[in-house]
Amino acid sequence: MIANILTNRIVNDIAGGTAQGVIIGLVALCLVLVWRATRVLNFAQGPMAMFVTYIGMTQMDHHANFWVAAAISVAVGFIFSALTEIVIVKPLYHKAEINPIVVMVGMFTLLEAVASAVWTNIPRYPTAPFSSINFQSEGNPTGLSPLSTFQIGAALAIMTLVAILFNYTSLGLKLRASALAPEVSKLLGIRVGRLLTLGWGIAGAVGAVAGVVISLNPGGLAPNMLDAMFILGFIAAAIGGLDSPLGALVSGIVIGVVMQLINDYWNSNYADMVAVVLLVVVLMLRPQGIFTKNSTRRV
Amino acid sequence: MSSTPVATTSSTLLELDAISVRFGGLAALTDVSFSVNPGEIVGLIGPNGAGKTTAFNVACGFVEPTEGSVRLPKSGLTNPQPSQLARAGVARTLQGVGLFENCTVLENVMAGAQSRPGGRFWTSLLGLPHGQKELKAEALSVLDRLGVADYAAQMPTAIPYGIAKRVAVARALIARPSLLLLDEPASGLDEAELDAFAELIRGLRSEMGVLLVEHNMDFVMPLVDRLVVLSFGKVIATGTPSEVRQNPAVIEAYLGVDE
Ligand SMILES: Nc1ncnc2c1ncn2[C@@H]1O[C@H](COP(=O)(O)OP(=O)(O)OP(=O)(O)O)[C@@H](O)[C@H]1O
Ligand SMILES: [Mg+2]
Repeated sequence: MIANILTNRIVNDIAGGTAQGVIIGLVALCLVLVWRATRVLNFAQGPMAMFVTYIGMTQMDHHANFWVAAAISVAVGFIFSALTEIVIVKPLYHKAEINPIVVMVGMFTLLEAVASAVWTNIPRYPTAPFSSINFQSEGNPTGLSPLSTFQIGAALAIMTLVAILFNYTSLGLKLRASALAPEVSKLLGIRVGRLLTLGWGIAGAVGAVAGVVISLNPGGLAPNMLDAMFILGFIAAAIGGLDSPLGALVSGIVIGVVMQLINDYWNSNYADMVAVVLLVVVLMLRPQGIFTKNSTRRV
Repeated sequence: MSSTPVATTSSTLLELDAISVRFGGLAALTDVSFSVNPGEIVGLIGPNGAGKTTAFNVACGFVEPTEGSVRLPKSGLTNPQPSQLARAGVARTLQGVGLFENCTVLENVMAGAQSRPGGRFWTSLLGLPHGQKELKAEALSVLDRLGVADYAAQMPTAIPYGIAKRVAVARALIARPSLLLLDEPASGLDEAELDAFAELIRGLRSEMGVLLVEHNMDFVMPLVDRLVVLSFGKVIATGTPSEVRQNPAVIEAYLGVDE
């Protein structure tokens, strides 16, 4: 009975879809964190995560073990994102005529070009410390492997950490306050500028975790590895509400499962198409959810 | 109490010196000067659109004066930035509510204590829940002082306007300011609440100076030591409540219309 459930095709799809879905949720979470802090849609989030994942994971070529390489990615991810806020984004807050989104799209192109030049377009396959062969139940494969279990666990752990940080620490209180009402926060003596930088840094670290986890997928580590994930993450963030980390997670999982079911029951070529259709539908149903909030971006 | 502008001493908390503010063609403030001293409750009154909130915004650095200067003599600042105010001992409530909607009432008040000595940025990174206990207790006692402790766990959007206004005052008070700027703090309060609130503000006198914008004359008149009356951006009268009440210009421009 239990064996039947564990090896059931739909249950397998749901499990496998969830493994991808939490990663989508993680990408969405990065977008939400940056959006909440500075009202900027960071279109370069994917390439930024890709770039720092390369920096960390290529250390495995120099005999660093996986965990050290991953830690380097996350640390560099934090620093790189915080520096991006300080150097590129902060100077634009008071310039209505230059939209940070345009600048971030430029950064997207630049980072992918640099990554191709430095690390080539040929994918690399970091050795994961976990097997990707699915668990068996009475001789039949289930929907999860040690690797995908690790991926789900890592993503959920990061989201829990972020939730605790934001909801139960004094730092989180200040981060929420600065993001919601920077002027009022300044009046209370909260160092808003630093906190917004920190918000970007945290998003960068979360993005690096997503990058590391995705680099263990069959597609491996490649300059464009996060492009598709980013679109899905964007859809998840838009559906979940750009201000809601939990919404990002839930809709990320839903999208992951839907994609997996389409892959399995229909045609894998349609999965990406469905994603694009979803994006269009979301933009049509919630244009105000995405674009009017743009216009209230911090000035 | 004299009706001439009070001479500035080094203990003066706030001084607006010949402030003019123009928004395009609109003269929101013209040559406005007044000051607030420790232990003083000053009322800033005037009809709608007279420039009261603009005067607050200039004092806080939200609006840059077209002419004139703002001084905080006690901390030696001239034309302070909003981010400098809390550390200079100035707290302000906003017209409307101005609470953080994504934080509970208690968290809102706790957020008001950020500027106090010891609240350093990097040590606050380690501010885990248990380290917050003292601050939490203090925030609760300030809420209690304002009679709204029962709402501590609620979100600001879920509470009545009059309660939210008092939460905003609590958030300002927890910073232990030496100068408190209140923009229409009493709106939404009923008679009994008004009396209690007036009593509370009187009690603050020993700790700070208060500058208060308010429309409710029955509330303001018995409370303040001194009034500054604005009309169309100009100071048309200053003095004690009884002096101002008899001032013909005020009666014409303001009280006559309102009462
Ligand atoms: N940022 C701004 N840009 C343009 N005009 C402004 C701005 N702020 C205020 N004003 C105008 O300046 C004038 C004074 O406004 P202010 O808010 O200071 O009045 P007030 O005395 O606080 O009025 P109320 O009693 O209604 O709160 C008004 O005519 C208002 O429309
Ligand atoms: Mg006003």
